[in-house]
Amino acid sequence: MALIRSSSPHLHNAGSTPKIMRLLLIAALPGIAAMTFFFGWGTLIQIGWAMLLAIGFEAAIMKLRRRPVGFYLRDSSALVTALLLGLALPPFSPWWLTLVGIFVAIVIAKHLYGGLGNNPFNPAMVAYALLLVSFPVDMTRWTAPFVLQGDDGWHVLGLIDTFKVIFGALDHSAIDAFTSATPLDELRHRGGLTTEEAFRESNVLANGVGAWHAVAAAYFMGGVFLLYRKVFTWHTPVSMLGTLAAISTLFYLFAPDSFADPFFHLTMGATMLGAFFIATDPVTAATSNRGKLYYGAGIGLLVFVIRTWGSYPDAVAFAVLLMNLAAPFIDQYTQPRTYGHARPKRGLKEDA
Amino acid sequence: MADYRKITLDGLWHNNPGLVQLLGLCPLLAVTGTVVNAMGLGLASTLVLTGSNLTVSLFRHFVPDAVRLPIFVMIIAAFVTSIELLMQAFTYELYQILGIFIPLIVTNCVIMGRADAFACKNPVSASVLDGLMMGLGFTAVLLVLGAMREVLGLGTLFSDMQLLFGPAAESWKIVLFEDYSGFLFAILPPGAFVGMGLLIALKNIIDARLEERRRALKPKTEGGGIKRARVTGNVG
Repeated sequence: MALIRSSSPHLHNAGSTPKIMRLLLIAALPGIAAMTFFFGWGTLIQIGWAMLLAIGFEAAIMKLRRRPVGFYLRDSSALVTALLLGLALPPFSPWWLTLVGIFVAIVIAKHLYGGLGNNPFNPAMVAYALLLVSFPVDMTRWTAPFVLQGDDGWHVLGLIDTFKVIFGALDHSAIDAFTSATPLDELRHRGGLTTEEAFRESNVLANGVGAWHAVAAAYFMGGVFLLYRKVFTWHTPVSMLGTLAAISTLFYLFAPDSFADPFFHLTMGATMLGAFFIATDPVTAATSNRGKLYYGAGIGLLVFVIRTWGSYPDAVAFAVLLMNLAAPFIDQYTQPRTYGHARPKRGLKEDA
Repeated sequence: MADYRKITLDGLWHNNPGLVQLLGLCPLLAVTGTVVNAMGLGLASTLVLTGSNLTVSLFRHFVPDAVRLPIFVMIIAAFVTSIELLMQAFTYELYQILGIFIPLIVTNCVIMGRADAFACKNPVSASVLDGLMMGLGFTAVLLVLGAMREVLGLGTLFSDMQLLFGPAAESWKIVLFEDYSGFLFAILPPGAFVGMGLLIALKNIIDARLEERRRALKPKTEGGGIKRARVTGNVG
């Protein structure tokens, strides 16, 4: 991938898919740690279970496609898909939810389209959108951050018990006390309240948003690390976050009672995860630098539109999928000029 | 003389309207949420297809070429209207479930396609058989897709069959999974697209396997034929 345009001399660094994927896994560590700290062991178990399944499905489908299994497993792309889905699922989702999701991601969204490099849609996001549409109840039962559960809230459900809940050995009623709507969900379904009233009266919005702030900060750190290691360029994340911030500021200034503030939009839900880990997927995004600006801006705009007027609380998955669809079109119109060639004339030629 | 065996095989497999011609996709994808819906629409389409093929074939010598399509549409519309009235009379609930897709059979490309491609050029008996076999092939695809989506989406099979076969069929319902929470994706249109894609893939796999087996058998039966080497330059 030639992502950085600069003049010679060039230092060559043999970047490879496995290396990039491993860097992604490392960069997600702060986010994983923050999620585990605030939402309990569920996240870790989901990621582990998802990775196990992803390796299994990837190996099976490679065998079916008569491709070298080991070679493709070593590129770790299945692990990254599993990681993203594991982070996106509610920490206490039942085991079969992850199973269905990984099957859809690896088998349908990735390999039926031709495998890594040929998939038009981000596999983890396809799986997430499918699960959200199919199992809305399970997918919106998010865990309340432990600050809301009293001082010893975090120790109430230990590793073993969380394991039991996810794999069905413990009844779901055991976790009803720990689950709640996410801030985005709460704000979306606030009824006739103004945003200010909602922030005062809803428990999650009043006391719980700090957890999401911290998680967003952790993802942001991971993203900056990836940027520093030049895994991707700044264009997609900056234009996505910039557009989201700009448009939400605009609406917030005009009607602060009915719209959330820009900081809320930037730190809640999957905004940061999406900006640095999902939208930057080199396979499904636009390729040129100018194209990435449009691509990111489209995601930012769609995230705001779907969050504010759509029927689902979070929007990153849908926004990314819609812009994945638009990426080939963006690429067509943002091809960089070849050095030494004039800009091509489009449309009707004047002298024809 | 028409080859009846070929017509049958074409309709059911080689030229299946659902899997190969990809005609009539709109009802195919829209109403296959359950087996009973699929069967209702499949039977209605088959009846219309057989009837329209019969009529078109009967009148094929009197229809001016320039206005043949409007005439076919009139014939098809007449059959669809009769089917619609019959369904209102005997299976009213199913008629309400299928809704707009019953009148829309008029625009089903399978029916128009067979009228124009086959029935207006072939004798009556062959045309009727073609209509019947195309209809059955279409119904079969509808049924398989309906069964797939019903099992995945609702966890049942043959539920609500009494809508089509009377009260006796109420006990046909098979509950495959108790306490199934439902897989909404399979019921929604995207699930129909994915299911349809998988069915087409399955048919292509089976065809490829058959072809492979046929090739593997061939040299044995024919023995070592004469191998001709071309000695001149370009032929013809």
